[in-house]
Amino acid sequence: MEKQLPLPVANADSAVYWKSANEEKLVIRRCNSCGEKHFMPRYLCPVCWSDDLVWIEASGKGTVHSFTVVRRASSPAFAGRTPYVVALIDLAEGPRMMTNIVGNGALEVRVGDGVRLEFEERDGAKLPQFSLEKVRS
Amino acid sequence: MNKLASGKIAIVGVGESDIGKVPGMTGLGLNAQAAKRALDETGLKVSDIDGVLTAYSFTEPYFMLGSVLCEYLGIKPRYNASIVVGGGSPAVMLKHAAEAILAGSAETILVCAGENRATGQSRDSAVSALLAVGHPYFEQPYGGSIPGFYAMIAQRHMHVYGTTREHLANIAVNTRRHALLHPNAHMKSAITVEDVLSAKPIADPLGMLDCCLISDAGGAFIVTSAERAKDLKSKPAYLLGIGEHHTHEHLMCAPSLTEFGAKQSGERAYAMAGVTPSDIDVAQLYDCFSIVPLIELEELGFCEPGEGGSFFSDGRASIGGKLPINTHGGMLSHAHAGAAGGLFGIIEGVRQLRGGLGARQVKDAELALVHNEGGILSSHCTLILANKPN
Repeated sequence: MEKQLPLPVANADSAVYWKSANEEKLVIRRCNSCGEKHFMPRYLCPVCWSDDLVWIEASGKGTVHSFTVVRRASSPAFAGRTPYVVALIDLAEGPRMMTNIVGNGALEVRVGDGVRLEFEERDGAKLPQFSLEKVRS
Repeated sequence: MNKLASGKIAIVGVGESDIGKVPGMTGLGLNAQAAKRALDETGLKVSDIDGVLTAYSFTEPYFMLGSVLCEYLGIKPRYNASIVVGGGSPAVMLKHAAEAILAGSAETILVCAGENRATGQSRDSAVSALLAVGHPYFEQPYGGSIPGFYAMIAQRHMHVYGTTREHLANIAVNTRRHALLHPNAHMKSAITVEDVLSAKPIADPLGMLDCCLISDAGGAFIVTSAERAKDLKSKPAYLLGIGEHHTHEHLMCAPSLTEFGAKQSGERAYAMAGVTPSDIDVAQLYDCFSIVPLIELEELGFCEPGEGGSFFSDGRASIGGKLPINTHGGMLSHAHAGAAGGLFGIIEGVRQLRGGLGARQVKDAELALVHNEGGILSSHCTLILANKPN
C-alpha cells in the first residue's frame, strides 16, 4: 500500500499548470474565442471547442463552495493528516477547483468563507492550497 | 428512447446471488449464480441467450470483462459488451439491451454484474480502488475520497436548503427497516437515528451508517421482447420508459452541487412512458450515500427541491407511505458490490410489480421507477417498469 502522499503529475495538458505552481503561481485557461475560463486544462475549450486558448494567472482569491472534514482517510498516505479539509473553491475568476483548506482555523471552515492561495511543498514539487482569509475566534 | 418503444420490452427473469460475506465464491461465480437463478425463473434454456451485457469489476479487473463472463458461462452470443458508467451501468445496460432487441441484434439478453468486494480484497484496497474515481492530477493529491465527494454535496444541500443530519439519518433508518423484510439482505439488525448520528465519522457530515455496504453480491436479469415474454413461465415487468443523462465525471467539473442529471434522465423516462411522478407506486433510488436518494427524489419530481429530507423523516418513503423507496433495503442495507448495487434496485422493481412479497409488498404496485447513478452523481439513468405493457 502506497504510503507517500500523491505528487503532482504533469502531462501534456497540464505541464504549464504544474510548472507555474512550482513558481507559486496558479494558472487557468481562457478561451480567446468565446472568453470562457475553465480550470482543468485540456486541448480545447469545453464550451465552444476553439483550440485558441491562453493561460492566465488567477488572483488566488476564492470562496468556499462546499467542503468536508475527512475523518477517515482515503488511503494510508493521508491517514496521518486526519482530520483534514477537502473543499471546492470558486476562484474569483469563476472556475471551480478542488483543494485542501489548510492552516489556522481550517477545521472551522464554512460554506461561503473567503480563502486565499498558498503552496504546499511536497517532495520538491509545489501544490496549490488555500487557507481562510479570516480565522474564526 | 422513442415513445413507440414503450411497453415493447420486458424483464422476464431476475436473480440475486448469495449476499453478504460469501467467501466460497469468486466474483464471476456470483455473476453465474445470479444468472442461473434469473434464467431458471423464465423456463428459457441457456442456448436461448443470444446477448450478454455486463459492467466492470474492481476485484476481478479483466480487460474484456464481457467476453470473460461469456466464456465463464459458456455462452457464445451474437451481442456482447461491457458498459462502464459506474453505478449507472445496470440501468444503462437495460437501455442498450432494449435498443438491441428492438433493432434485431439479439432476442434474449442476459444483463449481469457483481463482485466479491467483501472477501475478495482488503477493506483498504476497496476504498483505495474507488478513490480512482477522483481525478488523478487535480483531486487525488488532496486526499478526497468517494464519501468525501458525496459529503461535499450533502454539505452544500444543507447550506442551500437547511437539510439536517437527522434528515439523512432517517434515510438510513428507513432503508434498514425495509432490509429487515428482505430474506437476502446483507444487514440483519435494526438501527435508530441515534445509531446513525453516533456512528464512526467518515467525512463530515457523513458517518459510517450514511455510507453503502461493501458486499459480496451478484445480480442478473433477462431482457426480451414483450411478445416473447408472453410464452414464458415468469411474470414479466414491462419497460414503459427509460432515459439517461451525463454531465461530468469528476466532482470539480460538476455543473452544480445541487442540480444533477437525474432531472433530465427522469424527464426522458416519464415522456417515453407517458406518465408523471404522481403515477409512480414505488421507487428504487440509487443510495450509495444517504444524501443521494434525497437528491434523486427531488430531481425526479416527487417533491420540491429542499423537501427531500422531510419526505423520508415523515414516513412518506416507508412501505405503506405515499411513495415507498428502496423496499429491498438499497445499497445502504441490502447490498453493494460494484455495478450490482444499482442492479438490485431493478430486480426489486420487477419483484414489487409481480407481487406476493408479504410484509415488504407495496400494495397494488403497478408502476415502479428505478434510478441508477454513477460517478459522483455524474451519469444518470431512470427507468419506469409496469406490470402491464400499456
